[in-house]
Amino acid sequence: MRINGKDIEMVPPMTLKDLVAGSGYCEDRVAVELNGRIVPRSEYVNVALDNKDSIEIVGFVGGG
Amino acid sequence: MRGACSEYGYISAYEGRSVKTADELIIGNKRFTSRFILGSGKFSLGMTKTVMESGGIEIVTLAVRRANTGGEENILDCIPKGLTLLPNTSGARTAEEAVRIALLAKELGCGDMIKVEIIRDSRYLLPDNCETIKATRMLCKEGFTVMPYMMPDLSAARSMADAGASAIMPLGAPIGSNKGLLTKDFIKILVDELDLPVIVDAGIGRPSQACEAMELGCAAVMANTAIATAGDIPMMAGAFRLAIEAGRMAFVSKPGRVMRNGGEASSPLTGFPGNPK
Repeated sequence: MRINGKDIEMVPPMTLKDLVAGSGYCEDRVAVELNGRIVPRSEYVNVALDNKDSIEIVGFVGGG
Repeated sequence: MRGACSEYGYISAYEGRSVKTADELIIGNKRFTSRFILGSGKFSLGMTKTVMESGGIEIVTLAVRRANTGGEENILDCIPKGLTLLPNTSGARTAEEAVRIALLAKELGCGDMIKVEIIRDSRYLLPDNCETIKATRMLCKEGFTVMPYMMPDLSAARSMADAGASAIMPLGAPIGSNKGLLTKDFIKILVDELDLPVIVDAGIGRPSQACEAMELGCAAVMANTAIATAGDIPMMAGAFRLAIEAGRMAFVSKPGRVMRNGGEASSPLTGFPGNPK
């Protein structure tokens, strides 16, 4: 699957919640777009990922 | 007239009495006492909180980017509680991209204010008014409080107002240039013709320029690079705060007339002491 532009092979099946927590993101500081659709934070636990998924994980940074 | 500005308003003379008037900046359904909006780019995270405190900041802009892993400190942890977050759509080149970024920002949990910033020109960083009007319309329908960053053009500004914008943010000069209020005459037209708060965004490099924008009748000034590139960052934030307050007070107090020619004595022209013998 593709996460923030990087191709990554998902070995065991996992949910979006597993991915976010397991990759070191701070869950309440990110927003996730799965294949172009925003997934609400409360839904992470219910979303099973597929190796064809494209995921964007974003957060706030300083900016004018 | 004697006046004193405070964070709660200004004191002025009215029919011989001293009156205190609330002077709030109203954007959408929110009220603010500070008219200094800070862009949070280019500061170290450690400096962020200090700058906001010295600037008396109530509204701060943020950008949305790919998140880092590894528990790095997040800018949200450096912003004092109670401040209003104003995410921007920087990086967007079309209205659709701006809407996408705005929705991600909303999901990040920052409320419903959004500064629409759509730029297709990477050399001068000038905004695309056509796409910005379109994005303003789309985002207002989604329930956002929309503040479009724009080229100061009256007809575009009217279209943004019609689309539901809660304020408009014309540029003074190219982003990050510190060149000042190059678009002064066009911004004045917007101030005179629109019923929306006009907030000068981009290009303001010195407190005197921020003060001038406020004297023109702008509702607020946004600055970032001017402060981030100063030698003493917190002190420059304080200088902007004072300049913006001074400019606001000057506007509210209605500046005196300018004579076309000649001068007018301010000391009496009679009663001069006679020559000693």
